[in-house]
Amino acid sequence: MSFDLSINPGVELRNAQLELQQFRRRLAIAAGFVLIMFLLLACRFFYLQVVKHGELYTLAEANRISIVPVLPNRGIIVDRNGVALAHNYSAYTLEIQPAKIDNLESLIDELATVVEIAPRDRRRFRRLLEESKSIGSLPIRTRLSDEEIARFAANRYRFPGVEINARLFRQYPQGELFSHVVGHIGRINQREVEQLEADGIFANYRGTDYIGKTGLEHNYERYLHGTTGVEEVEVDSGGRPVRTLSRSSPVSGNNLVLNLDARLQEVAYQAFGERRGALVAIDPATGGVLAFVSKPGFDPNHFVDGIDPQNWDELNSSPDLPMVNRALAGTYPPGSTFKPFMALAALTYGRRTPQQAISDPGHFNFGGHVFRDDKAGGHGMVDMYKSIVVSCDTYYYVLANDLGIDAIARFMGTLGFGSRSGIDIAGESAGILPSQEWKLKRFKQKWFAGETISVGIGQGYNAYTPLQLAQAIATIANDGVTYRPHIVNYIEDIRTRDRAMVEPRPPRTLDLKPEHLAVIQQALVGVNKEGTGARAFAGAEYVSAGKTGTAQVIGIKQGEKYLESRVQERHRDHALFIAYAPADAPKIALAVVVENSGFGARHAAPVARKVLDYYLLGKLPVPQKLGKDDDE
Amino acid sequence: MNNPVIRRIEYYLMRHVDGALLGLVLALMLVGLLVMASASNASAARITAQFVNVLIALGVLWAFANIPPHYLVRLAFPLYVLGMLLLVGVALFGDVVNGARRWLDLGVTRIQPSELMKIAVPLALAWYFDRHEATLRLSNYAIGAVMLLIPVVLIARQPDLGTSVLIVASGFFVLFLAGLSWRVILGLAAAGAAAAPFAWSALHDYQRQRILTLLDPAQDPLGSGYHTIQSTIAVGSGGWFGKGWMHGSQTHLDFIPERTTDFIFAVYAEEFGLLGSVVLLALFLLVIGRGILITANAPTMFTRLLAGAITLTFFTYAFVNMGMVSGILPVVGVPLPLVSYGGSSLVSICIGFGILMSIHSHKKLVQT
Repeated sequence: MSFDLSINPGVELRNAQLELQQFRRRLAIAAGFVLIMFLLLACRFFYLQVVKHGELYTLAEANRISIVPVLPNRGIIVDRNGVALAHNYSAYTLEIQPAKIDNLESLIDELATVVEIAPRDRRRFRRLLEESKSIGSLPIRTRLSDEEIARFAANRYRFPGVEINARLFRQYPQGELFSHVVGHIGRINQREVEQLEADGIFANYRGTDYIGKTGLEHNYERYLHGTTGVEEVEVDSGGRPVRTLSRSSPVSGNNLVLNLDARLQEVAYQAFGERRGALVAIDPATGGVLAFVSKPGFDPNHFVDGIDPQNWDELNSSPDLPMVNRALAGTYPPGSTFKPFMALAALTYGRRTPQQAISDPGHFNFGGHVFRDDKAGGHGMVDMYKSIVVSCDTYYYVLANDLGIDAIARFMGTLGFGSRSGIDIAGESAGILPSQEWKLKRFKQKWFAGETISVGIGQGYNAYTPLQLAQAIATIANDGVTYRPHIVNYIEDIRTRDRAMVEPRPPRTLDLKPEHLAVIQQALVGVNKEGTGARAFAGAEYVSAGKTGTAQVIGIKQGEKYLESRVQERHRDHALFIAYAPADAPKIALAVVVENSGFGARHAAPVARKVLDYYLLGKLPVPQKLGKDDDE
Repeated sequence: MNNPVIRRIEYYLMRHVDGALLGLVLALMLVGLLVMASASNASAARITAQFVNVLIALGVLWAFANIPPHYLVRLAFPLYVLGMLLLVGVALFGDVVNGARRWLDLGVTRIQPSELMKIAVPLALAWYFDRHEATLRLSNYAIGAVMLLIPVVLIARQPDLGTSVLIVASGFFVLFLAGLSWRVILGLAAAGAAAAPFAWSALHDYQRQRILTLLDPAQDPLGSGYHTIQSTIAVGSGGWFGKGWMHGSQTHLDFIPERTTDFIFAVYAEEFGLLGSVVLLALFLLVIGRGILITANAPTMFTRLLAGAITLTFFTYAFVNMGMVSGILPVVGVPLPLVSYGGSSLVSICIGFGILMSIHSHKKLVQT
């Protein structure tokens, strides 16, 4: 490559020619390279713009269009007179998107300098965070005041990932009064998400944070929720909406109109005073539930935004068990309220006639055991009417022994004892209807004939819910025709005003003879006229039928006298009362349990009296008498 | 048109201007303004600013077309030295903007010396090889390589990967056209491949990230992969004929980053489709073809090497930009020549075309 130029100019010229040729060859190679590279680009463009066009076009559209769910308003729940038991109101919330935040604690600390954040809010937020991993944004504060909104707006640049949203909130204006019936909603948890997915309705819950958790809110969720609308919004890269492309409006959830009467419920609730207990009142002619009380209750509003752990612990650890739905899931020995049903069984199975009488010595001996009557010395000659009116134990000891446990179980089963009524809220307990089979299954033990005797007076293994008792007495009141108890009267479409009746299942007519029923009904009227219920119903302007009952909470040793004053409050007997009125054309049938209050006639019957007075006569209890019944 | 005064003005205006090349350059600039209108949402300010840039660049082009190449030979070395001094000045006293030390504050104005080196390096190398035209040995190529690599290293350290890639390309083209032996080229390629792991460790984190992102943009869709993903979506969603001017959703909803500058091609491809993309490729190819023709006919070693370097660097610009927008090259800050917004790149490219025209038009004058 090295030439000495000075020696031969001819070489230089030829060399220059050669160099130009070499240069042009190189240039041609470069040009070829350029062509190849541009061809490569053209291929790439073809690949992207033709081969992958469909896919990338879809991606561009997905970029551009954001599907925003538009939430429907949840249906409201009103009582039979239109009194709101659950409704919605709009409020502003401060929400955090945890996925966008590095240090939540310090962020919340900083937020607290702008907006008041109580320890309760922090606890609730932490709980929400644990429950709902990676689900959108979580509220740290609800119900912001206008001033707080303004303060946050001014400081908003400091808090990326925190936003203010206007949301509809569920409110239960009646507070604890309906906590066990209406129930409450709460934030959707992972298990519920899975269930919704399994049911194929998760799409309808896009954007929805809440779902019915208990009571009617839970049972009627699919009616109350409504249909979520969809808005197609064009958004820019920052996710800011540019314009709405299309919108399908949400369809509001349906309203529930209940059979319940809010005033009656309140009267019943107040009638318990400070006592714990339950009351279920049913319209015997329809099965519609008129009042459904479990006391104490709790404020369901705490649960809407997620309850904070402290309140939760308080509710859970309270010895009064406010979270337990006593009317639905509490089971109590029916005590003497069982006797009319026993008498009906005896008539139906032909083991007694109304006139057949026994001489009651005040006790019944069986297999070496002495079963005592309530009244020392006994009631003398007792026929069926008297056995119910004075609540004679001995009559039923003997009767139970004559019937045998399996006949009792068979008959009581037809009245609904020991099986779920099918009421339209979940969590119902079936109670215990003892039988030989039941005992074998439950304890792997044989039934002892002696055990039948106490079953006859509603003790022993017997355990039924107040709902079952109310249902049974309603059946008696309705001459043996029984309806499924239901709380909701009808479901109302908010737009068309169409009503879908919550039809009771076709009524079931029990195989009972009218003359047998008449005997029992007369005896029940006798109870309130001249028997154990007479004092509570003295001066009533209507004819009512009733039966008192007292359920032992602890066993009493043989030969030991039960002394109410000596027994610890929590071990005192439960007072029970079942009733219906008016006796000739019953409009309401009910069962009351007053826990640990003692004798049924004294503590449960007055509650029933107040409820019946209000329902039949519109009479409100005299205020100063409220809560004082226990002291009688 | 027969007015002798006008004819005379026209003669002086167009004497050294290559009509074909000018027509192609103007066509590309027009495309640039059109796309700019869409990319900026018809922002009058941006279009006007770019229009002013175009006028300035055309003036510069005319001026350089009128500078005879032998003046450039004399200018070559001093310009290179000045550029080097400024680069060292940047390294020592430069202003940091967006994490990169690229600007030098001269009190009156701020300049970016790396832009100057885009012209100064090929000029200097062409001058050097022209000087040693007759006695080229391997050592001359080695010296040429050193002249190339020193500014490249300084610029790469600023860091400015895009510009250093362009300067390496322009310098390499000079070496290649000057007849660097294939054995050395292949040897260097092999050595480069072997040194890749070391080069990797010398890269900045964000530079490495860009390369990783190219291999798999989806690994960081909201971070460094975002540019590539959104621009390929824009290009691909254009289809055969595009969504129409002003109708690109990726563009108008702000999904394309840097859409008036480095990523303007994504806007173009989204709105004009494959048809438009191929037309644009053809325009670039015609410009490059014209440049290669001028190069092939250049009279001296200096002009040949310079013209070749200018033409091929222009190709590199276009290829790297479109390659990066369509997702086959890593994201380096290289604008689409003559189309992207920005005065300094427009001016430096038009200086190149001015020189090309000068080489072409002064050829006869030199020969006569």
